[in-house]
Amino acid sequence: MSAIYILWLRQVKKYFRARSRIIGALGQPLLFLVALGFGFGQVYREAGEGNYIQYLAPGIIMMSVLFTAIFSGIDLIWDRQFGFLKETMVAPVPRWQIMLGKTLGGATVASFQGLIVFLLTLIVGFRFHHALLLPLAAVFVILVAIIFTSLGVAVASRIEDMQGFQLIMNFLVMPIFFLSGALFPLEGLPEIMHYVVRVDPLTYGIDGLRAALINVSTFGLAVDLVVMVGLAFILVAIGSYLFERIQA
Amino acid sequence: MRDFRRESQQMLVERFGSVVRLIHGGRVFEALSDEEIGTLVELPQKTDAPIPSPREDGRQPGAPANPASIIVVEGLVRRFDGFTAVNRISFEVRAGEIFAFLGPNGAGKSTTIKMLTTLLEPSEGRILLDGNDPACNKDAVRKSFGIVFQDPSLDDDLTALENVRYHAVLYNVPKNTREAKIEELLKLVELWDRRNALVKTYSGGMKRRLEIARGLLHHPKILFLDEPTLGLDPQTRNHIWSYIRDVNRREGMTVFFTTHYMDEAERVADRIAIIDHGAIIATGSAGELMNRTSASSLEDAFIALTGSAIREEEVSAVDRMRARRRMFRRNR
Repeated sequence: MSAIYILWLRQVKKYFRARSRIIGALGQPLLFLVALGFGFGQVYREAGEGNYIQYLAPGIIMMSVLFTAIFSGIDLIWDRQFGFLKETMVAPVPRWQIMLGKTLGGATVASFQGLIVFLLTLIVGFRFHHALLLPLAAVFVILVAIIFTSLGVAVASRIEDMQGFQLIMNFLVMPIFFLSGALFPLEGLPEIMHYVVRVDPLTYGIDGLRAALINVSTFGLAVDLVVMVGLAFILVAIGSYLFERIQA
Repeated sequence: MRDFRRESQQMLVERFGSVVRLIHGGRVFEALSDEEIGTLVELPQKTDAPIPSPREDGRQPGAPANPASIIVVEGLVRRFDGFTAVNRISFEVRAGEIFAFLGPNGAGKSTTIKMLTTLLEPSEGRILLDGNDPACNKDAVRKSFGIVFQDPSLDDDLTALENVRYHAVLYNVPKNTREAKIEELLKLVELWDRRNALVKTYSGGMKRRLEIARGLLHHPKILFLDEPTLGLDPQTRNHIWSYIRDVNRREGMTVFFTTHYMDEAERVADRIAIIDHGAIIATGSAGELMNRTSASSLEDAFIALTGSAIREEEVSAVDRMRARRRMFRRNR
């Protein structure tokens, strides 16, 4: 257990030490929030859907969680390139504990990034439904963070070079984000899109977060929660399996 | 067993911190500081008989013939896409001895260490480390050794202290002795004053010293050192070797190291295996290797056994001239 803790601690310490990275990572969500939120706000309102910032904010929070989480796999590749991975890999600690420590560390960082973006949305004008439901919102943020950190670690276990990892990640991250309903309502979509968004795991995370923050949900809280918890277990298992097979 | 006979003519003085150590005629004396040099205390000598390692029952079948062997390697092969890096090597390392793998770069030293330390699966052959097979009993094997890698393996974005603490937790160093042990080791490698600096501000030599301190932190049964003193100045090299030898003598820690420095192998190791092109050419103490080849130095023995001088990455012109002169003398 202490091994999981020290791996987690390392990730978190390194994150808080890289302040420029934290601030830099806020640029994109802020841009999306302002450009899309205010840009499409008028159209959205005239379509009779209400305030677009209200709808968009949970999507943008999850976007920053997704990006931070999935790219934390890069840490693993850095560790391999700079030799630190070897030090961890020869330690008498079961690999699944190493994987879990790394995943929880990455997920903590991603969740924290989500929290900062949440505060940003409040400045831009977002108002949440009820303070008592904020812990539930946190649960969805943490689940999404765990799922996509595991995915990042799983891919990084197999890919050894930085460029290859970024290529694959961009190939994954963009569809996951744009096809998730982060930017648009899920109702009344063309038939293909109807199914595509339901295959995207992020859809359920965002739907759950909307349920908690603005009391709007397509699938219902129970479905969102079950899908997210199930996926978290599956992806941690896959990540552990692939991590176990790393040869340094 | 150290071969002190060759050193009996001279008196060796080693220092670490304020401690002064004299080695003379195969006996070791120690004083805690220069002031106490008049009251040298003799340290217990390493016995000639290998220290038997304590073993539980239920050893794996096919245990080594020599029960005191802590490392047993039989017919070890590692291939990479058609290239054979390690070709059928077999050797045994006795518990408590200092064993050197001496060979040029690319001889297969690091690949062997990687297989011994669970980082790489052998293509063929068998390894037993303290009675366990690294291929199928990884966790048990990992508990028994410490390693200092050839390439840096520190986290540059953490401080020295954080790097060492990370290691201490992973290796379950008991909390009550952890901080004292860390302080002792960081002082030994003279990094205590810089303990809170990020490792990325360290020089290459400082990083190396930190890694060696880290490798010693959990008092492993076997310590693997892959080219441990590469890039260190002679003073630090002596420093670190005298500490490692001290732990080896005091606690019976087995040391397995690779090197391409002749003098280091000769001075430090009880036994040396000469490896070249993935195969072990000869094994024995420096004295035995020299006797076998009737050579006057280990370097000459190496040349006689492998047919070439050690291939240095950066051979200076002076080294080349020296090698030529040696060849000339030998041929005369």
